[in-house]
Amino acid sequence: MNTRRSISYMECSARERLGLLVDPGSFHEWLAPADRVMSPHLAQLGVPCAFDDGVAVGRATLAGSQIFVAAQEGEFMGGGVGEVHGAKLVGLLQRALRDRPDAVLLLAESGGVRLHEANAGLIAVSEVMRALLDVRAAGIPVIVLIGGANGCFGGMGIVARCADRVVMSDVGRMAMSGPEVIEASNGVQEFDSRDRALVWRTTGGKNRWLCGDCDVLVEDDVDAFRDAAIGALASSVPVTLDLLEAEHALLAQRANLLAQAVQDDEAVALWASLGVADAERVPDMDVDAVRARRTA
Amino acid sequence: MTNMPNLPSGIEVLDYEFTGSVDAGRFDPVLVGVVGSGNLEVLIEPAAGLVCTVHVETSARGYGPIWQAVVSDFHQRHPLAGVRVSIHDMGATPAVVGLRLDQAISDLRSLDQ
Repeated sequence: MNTRRSISYMECSARERLGLLVDPGSFHEWLAPADRVMSPHLAQLGVPCAFDDGVAVGRATLAGSQIFVAAQEGEFMGGGVGEVHGAKLVGLLQRALRDRPDAVLLLAESGGVRLHEANAGLIAVSEVMRALLDVRAAGIPVIVLIGGANGCFGGMGIVARCADRVVMSDVGRMAMSGPEVIEASNGVQEFDSRDRALVWRTTGGKNRWLCGDCDVLVEDDVDAFRDAAIGALASSVPVTLDLLEAEHALLAQRANLLAQAVQDDEAVALWASLGVADAERVPDMDVDAVRARRTA
Repeated sequence: MTNMPNLPSGIEVLDYEFTGSVDAGRFDPVLVGVVGSGNLEVLIEPAAGLVCTVHVETSARGYGPIWQAVVSDFHQRHPLAGVRVSIHDMGATPAVVGLRLDQAISDLRSLDQ
């Protein structure tokens, strides 16, 4: 057992996570804060810039393996991907194609596109997806870690699901549209974004694990994320036609699971239909108990 | 303090300069804090000369006298020379600003060792 007390991954800043996750002192940053590569858009809107535009990128070692790593800062504009932020991610991934590290780690925490930067942000996210798939196709595993307070939503939710491996904590969240977006577009009767239990039942790590949308479920602990990342280092999953067809079949099957309207809680009904034992108790279970109940 | 005319009305820019007595010497830049609501980031870099410059960009306008007091207080605690301090602020309280500045100095000293 580790004698160090548990450090919450969620409570850490992006740079604190980097410092604790990779081998001590091994992180070498590219486009560091003092280089002042900042958003060209925010000042025009009267919003302060960040020296790193909300993401730190560089190389490091993880248990001795050479990795490239990026960490998004959720406290800066909700981790939103702006033009420079996105370009740093793309540059890191393209450099990975050239230098071929053992893996690329993405410590994702983002609400998606930074709306202040509109089209530039949208284009940036799509470029990140393309670059990520190129790296994955080159046989270099891309591992996404999700456990920040802002979750991983919008375009970054898609980016995460493009990766070889997704590691989540139970407090981590991943989805396309965030709760407020669903409520705004479909009404509170469809989704009450202030119902935090509902938000976590649908977007949280436990649900993602039980549905098979994340590959590893961990406690909200920096060491647990580090161990999971080390465990995923050699987990390249080639994108093949068979893999895509299997994924489509899985999604079609899931869509059919709740074809009938459900009277009770929909998340619990979904878990029960997946064959999860004691489905109604899942929200109260600890991570170990939920891990043991995955059926897919 | 000066207002840069090329910046829009949303951001207020403040600049301060002090003559220091403790040469900071050479060190790697230090970054602490995050640009978030009620928070700020502080970047400390080595600079030529015997002065300590403080550059502030803040979304909370009209607090120049308070910044003057907080930054002067900081320089009294740490009369550094050869240092460039750059701040991006999103409405941090004076106490938070003071703590972040102290944190940056603390990180700078731990790098020395």
